[in-house]
Amino acid sequence: MALAIVLLLLVVGSVLFHVLSPWYFTPIASNWGMIDDTVHITFWVTGIVFVAVNLFLAWCVVRYRHGKVKHAMYEPENKKLEGWLVVLTSVGVAAMLAPGLVVWAKFVDVPKDAAVVEVVGKQWYWSYRFPGADGVLGTDDARFISDKNPFGINPDDPHGQDDVLIASPELHLPMGKPYKALLRSTDVLHDFTVPQFRVKMDLVPGLVTHLWFTPTRAGKFDVLCEELCGVAHFTMRGKVVVEDDAAFTTWLASYPTFAQSMKQVAGDAVAGQQGFAVCAGCHGAQGEGNPQLNAPKLAGQGDWYLKRQLQYFKTGARGAHEKDTFGKMMAPMAATLADEAAIDNVVAYIKTLPDQPASPTVTKQSHAADGSTLYQTCGVCHGAGGQGVQATNAPRLKGMSDWYMVTQLKNFKNGVRGAHPKDLYGQQMVWMAAALTNDAAIENVVGYINTLK
Amino acid sequence: MTYVTHDESAFVPPVEVDEPELYHAKTWIGKYVWSQDAKVIAVQYSLTAIFVGLVALVLSGLMRLQLGFPHTFQFINPSSYLQFVTMHGMIMVIYLLTALFLGGFGNYLIPLMVGARDMVFPYVNMVSYWVYLFAVLLLLASFFVPGGPTGAGWTLYPPQAILSGTPGANWGIILMLVSLAFFIIGFTMGGLNYVVTVLQGRTRGMTLMRLPLTVWGIFMATVLALLAFPALFVSAIMMTLDHLLGTSFFMPALVSQGKGLEHSGGSPVLFQHLFWFFGHPEVYIVALPAFGIVSDLISINARRNIFGYRMMVWAILAIGGLSFIVWAHHMYVSGMNPYFGFFFATTTLIIAVPTALKVYNWVLTLWRGDIHLTVPMLFAIGFVFTFVNGGLTGLFLGNVPVDLPLSDTMFVVAHFHMVMAVSPILVVFGAIYHWYPKVTGRMLNDTMGRWHFWITFVGTYCIYYPMHYLGILGVPRRYYAIEGTDFIPQSAHSVNVGITVAALIVAAVQILFLYNLVWSYFRGKPSGGNPWRATTLEWQTPETPPKHGNFGPTLPAVYRWAYDYSVPGAAEDFIPQNQPPAKAAPITPAARARA
Repeated sequence: MALAIVLLLLVVGSVLFHVLSPWYFTPIASNWGMIDDTVHITFWVTGIVFVAVNLFLAWCVVRYRHGKVKHAMYEPENKKLEGWLVVLTSVGVAAMLAPGLVVWAKFVDVPKDAAVVEVVGKQWYWSYRFPGADGVLGTDDARFISDKNPFGINPDDPHGQDDVLIASPELHLPMGKPYKALLRSTDVLHDFTVPQFRVKMDLVPGLVTHLWFTPTRAGKFDVLCEELCGVAHFTMRGKVVVEDDAAFTTWLASYPTFAQSMKQVAGDAVAGQQGFAVCAGCHGAQGEGNPQLNAPKLAGQGDWYLKRQLQYFKTGARGAHEKDTFGKMMAPMAATLADEAAIDNVVAYIKTLPDQPASPTVTKQSHAADGSTLYQTCGVCHGAGGQGVQATNAPRLKGMSDWYMVTQLKNFKNGVRGAHPKDLYGQQMVWMAAALTNDAAIENVVGYINTLK
Repeated sequence: MTYVTHDESAFVPPVEVDEPELYHAKTWIGKYVWSQDAKVIAVQYSLTAIFVGLVALVLSGLMRLQLGFPHTFQFINPSSYLQFVTMHGMIMVIYLLTALFLGGFGNYLIPLMVGARDMVFPYVNMVSYWVYLFAVLLLLASFFVPGGPTGAGWTLYPPQAILSGTPGANWGIILMLVSLAFFIIGFTMGGLNYVVTVLQGRTRGMTLMRLPLTVWGIFMATVLALLAFPALFVSAIMMTLDHLLGTSFFMPALVSQGKGLEHSGGSPVLFQHLFWFFGHPEVYIVALPAFGIVSDLISINARRNIFGYRMMVWAILAIGGLSFIVWAHHMYVSGMNPYFGFFFATTTLIIAVPTALKVYNWVLTLWRGDIHLTVPMLFAIGFVFTFVNGGLTGLFLGNVPVDLPLSDTMFVVAHFHMVMAVSPILVVFGAIYHWYPKVTGRMLNDTMGRWHFWITFVGTYCIYYPMHYLGILGVPRRYYAIEGTDFIPQSAHSVNVGITVAALIVAAVQILFLYNLVWSYFRGKPSGGNPWRATTLEWQTPETPPKHGNFGPTLPAVYRWAYDYSVPGAAEDFIPQNQPPAKAAPITPAARARA
């Protein structure tokens, strides 16, 4: 009897949970409402079977329990009953399969007028590419990938020259236009998922896969990687912003074409020396850094990274958090660099400064051996030797100021740095730093970085 | 009109060949360590599998701690989390469930239930266990090597499984692949034994259509495993070569850590096809023995013949056959040619028909039965309830467009745990409560058994039912931490806390079960030879526990099917398979009406 009551409660509870729980599909933002419809049909069919079979089960337990009955019925088979059950089950299955196949037929049939966007997955971030005016994406290959050409676009392919490169995990799309997303991975399997769009597909190195959808609702949606892609799988996030045509066009125009990205003019180091005078006050004349003034070493750091950070300080993407005491000091300093050219120049000057490894300070007591295991995760982006890898947007670590790395890891962990919506790369470090579960782990990993030559 | 019981006959074919003399071990070591007795090998398999399963249970607890209480436990970092996930999955699927159902129950039950003295190749059977143990030790060794065990997920998808962005990409993955290869070698030795014993070792009168469904389930699962494991074997070898020798079976040209690798031209999707060509039948390798065993538990405890025996046998065969042409439903979003979706969605939903029939027949066996709610019966009914839920959610994932939003989310995790973790484990428990008296001569303690059942059954439902809704919401699987998304409300976190609490309770109550196993071995009530009043041959042995050779001086002859329960007019409510037909008086209409 207790069993029957529990079975009954579980059936009723399950149905109530389904009806009342607040956890259900996120509001849809694409044309794939028919997927939701298929899910609803499936819920109805399976729900009826679930309730019917289990209530019958509970009833049998009560009605035919030993004591209430004295003898079981001997009936080896009942062809008629079994036949009916086969027919009914087949009908139920067909009722789910038929609409399913119809929807799938739509999914495999990409509309002819669909626009194209390429989604590129790498451990562990997203970037995107739009075909330029010619409407055709340039060819690509893993062997073309380098710091200057992180997308691996064939430099000799004329179609690729006008491709617009979005080296950022945030993608914008215009509303109401069907898009065919070509999916490409340069390392391992990934999966492009936007829960509100309903559709998803794996990215497979060596193949170009695709899916299509029409964004139907303006807003900002999460992009998740949903195919296990290594230790930092959970940090591989992005955003899709769906907006009107005009906003989309403006956004797209703010990104460089492939040809432009290959022709980045180097800054003028001589002109930059003047600008650097302001920096030298704290960072030292040779950019060697000064722990007393909380100024990290600059010499030897990647120019692309210095440039990005200066821009962040200038625009408030960094150094605006109230608890970021020293970051706040950099904001007015960066403001002294009037324009992009000034930033390019000062960065070019820093590149000429001699690069002596910073001497270890705070991490002498750390356990570098423990840190070496932790560093394997860091090494995937920053390079096994901590040399910094532009293609993965990861700055150099080896020979840089160790106390500064400790401070920054703590800042990332505490949300002081990287949480700003415009700091597109910092968010990833927030999750990564959270994985360093205590201060000892932070010091150990930095201690290991100190041992890198 | 006389009422004749189903499939009863007085004719038993004569002996065709003389029995060979069994080799009886003379030393203690020969009897219990290097044993060739299938019953001892069964216990060895079972104890090893349960031990390694406990390791995997602890790993699942650690995983749940991280998901329920993120950033609380400092020793769980993203690497160790993925290592827990991977080792938990692989151990539970292969080293626990496959080994326990086939190596454990298969070894114990096949010879006893078909009326054989032992497996047909006892020496190979012994080697099978020791190779399995070696595979387990190799796997456990990966916890102690530099970098720890692999964290590639139990699916081991390349390229990431062998690249440095994944934990255990040096030692761990190699130990995993080599361990799997040894497991398969060991299994093949055992598996050939089980198949040949069922086909060639049956006693006189035991026709195929008189086999208990337990034997049918284990037999078909073994056939599936013999056909499916080679696909995993070759993929393990190929991935090892890719990793150690730099071949490119599964490795395309790619850039890792900013450096281009030497590989080119390989196909990661090829690995997935090989893996799931093994992996889907693997689901039925675990499920079919459970189906078979639960059929017998229900029939025995409902004191009623299994409903639609022939349909049940054909359903097992149909499921076995179909299970080889549904594998790519695990790959709808893998980037394979999307047109495959039409074919695999259709075959997948077709396989639901024979599966549903089995469920109907279990429930219809209870219908008009005489239900004894023994502990094994509780587990059997708990299985039916859980399996109905898990089977139905399979119809979501098998139907290709419905899979799009749900694939790779917690919905998948919830589904496969319901259908191939909790369901089979409930049967494992039911089967242990059922056959423990035959193995030891003592009953397991009933009170402890009931507590164990209620907490496990209700607890696991509380773990996995809400988890489906996290998946529908869009919470991805294999995520160390999920904060920082806009679409997941804070309330979803409370679901995770609840699930973790339920999981820890369920894990803790397994200690009670282990205690019961030990306590009852010494203090349990003596069971006698046939405590459940069952018909099948293992309950008709002259001694309990059965001695080496099982059946005393002469093997039993079989006169009837395994399901003569509550036959009208019979003296008792069961007739053993080896009981010759009496010259019974015609059954009167009054006797029939009583039934």
